[in-house]
Amino acid sequence: MDLLTADQFQQLLWGMRTTIILFAVSWVMAFALALVLVVVRATEYRLCRWFVDGFVAYHRNVPLLVQVMFWYFGMPELLPENVRFWLYDHNAEFSFAAIALALGSSAYVAEDIRSGLRAIPNTQFEAASSLGCSYLQSMRYIVVPQALRISLPPLVSRALLLFKNTSIAMAIGVAELTYRTREIENMTFKTFTVFGIATVLYLIGTFTLMAFGSWLENRTRLDRKAAAK
Amino acid sequence: MNATVRDAAIVSFDNVSKWYGEYRALENISIDIPKGQVVVVCGPSGSGKSTLIRTVNGLEPIQEGRIILDGTDVHARKTDLNQLRQKVGFVFQHFNLFPHMSVLDNVTFAPIKIQKKPKDEARDFARKLLDRVGLAEKADTFPGFLSGGQQQRVAIARALALRPPVILFDEPTSALDPEMVGEVLLVMKSLASEGMTMVCVTHEMGFAREVGDRIVFMDQGKVILDDTPDQFFSKSDHPRVQRFLADIRREA
Ligand SMILES: Nc1ncnc2c1ncn2[C@@H]1O[C@H](COP(=O)(O)OP(=O)(O)O)[C@@H](O)[C@H]1O
Ligand SMILES: [Mg+2]
Repeated sequence: MDLLTADQFQQLLWGMRTTIILFAVSWVMAFALALVLVVVRATEYRLCRWFVDGFVAYHRNVPLLVQVMFWYFGMPELLPENVRFWLYDHNAEFSFAAIALALGSSAYVAEDIRSGLRAIPNTQFEAASSLGCSYLQSMRYIVVPQALRISLPPLVSRALLLFKNTSIAMAIGVAELTYRTREIENMTFKTFTVFGIATVLYLIGTFTLMAFGSWLENRTRLDRKAAAK
Repeated sequence: MNATVRDAAIVSFDNVSKWYGEYRALENISIDIPKGQVVVVCGPSGSGKSTLIRTVNGLEPIQEGRIILDGTDVHARKTDLNQLRQKVGFVFQHFNLFPHMSVLDNVTFAPIKIQKKPKDEARDFARKLLDRVGLAEKADTFPGFLSGGQQQRVAIARALALRPPVILFDEPTSALDPEMVGEVLLVMKSLASEGMTMVCVTHEMGFAREVGDRIVFMDQGKVILDDTPDQFFSKSDHPRVQRFLADIRREA
């Protein structure tokens, strides 16, 4: 087993940095988009519901790799040539990977939030209304905080999945951790070492996410004060 | 109906009808509830009792007639319902406490978040209310750790926190184990003795006899009888009332 040079190790760390940024950017976009999907889906308009159902169905049934490639290779064809060249000059692979990953996750995140909301009985809403809460106040103080508690465990798994799925971005040339790993392995043939280090780096990422998730879950547990007594 | 009665009434129904789709759940209801009265509403299941009190704070819309609450037309389009609801407490059959908030936060929630009262003031008052319903030591507990009777007492404290001039109760003891009914009725009786205006949907006839000023008996969306407890229990010869009382005795 051969050790990596400091420079090669440094390269892996850069890859890890890109992985983390790609994850963070797509997660924030996915969450924002999911909230929009939930609201749109909740409207009475049949067209809106069809749109959301179609959106969810596409992202559930088409492989993520195809979605990413479709965005990177397919979408630019619809753009004017100068915009396309500008994009390719400005880290287009990162942007398209982030968009594809965000869209792919948002469909699932929306479903997680929606089932959390559905689990809150309407009587909670009535109790809030009876105290003089407006619709938005009832949602903000009573319904959404309870729904998020319920959605938290599936959302944490969703975040873990997205973190791992960032590696798919290597297929369109984003220099994230898996891409760098393959690159160094090709140059040095230190296969075991380099994949070993990559594995550890991914594990550090996922364990951090999991720890953050349980911290959040503990913080919002309903019995925390009673248990402290 | 003359004007003086109208003025003294804190809640008044004026020829109110309500439909759920095709089904007429309330039929030409006219009742006046003066300040300080304890009105017990009873009647067979499905007769429209819940519907009746839910129209008072606008949880259910009405299609005909008017309901005046403390001088305001509840169902008028220009009425700010959220504002108006702060003037009427509502206690649910299944308590409906907020499970993600401590007992104290349940009680201070509306004063602090909705009425924007100072926190210290709201907490002091909430502690007084919890003390009054006998739950001062449970302030930091979460609702899920309380018995049904305790939860209902917290729910009453939560309703009182807005200092409403009138409180509505929708079968507050019928979801409780028998041994917990007493503690909730005790709190309600003490409220009644302090002059609170109360509309109670309940089948607790002991409570009705003891603190009720008036009993409203409903059947199939109509008010069949509206009389004093004495009249209701001893002199009423209405066949529906007789059958209702017989059913209740059999259950008890
Ligand atoms: N949301 C609703 N939609 C349709 N019908 C309803 C609804 N709520 C109540 N009803 C009907 O209206 C009638 C009166 O109900 P309710 O006021 O709950 O009676 P009670 O409280 O006296 O048992 C019943 O026949 C019930 O089935
Ligand atoms: Mg009822």
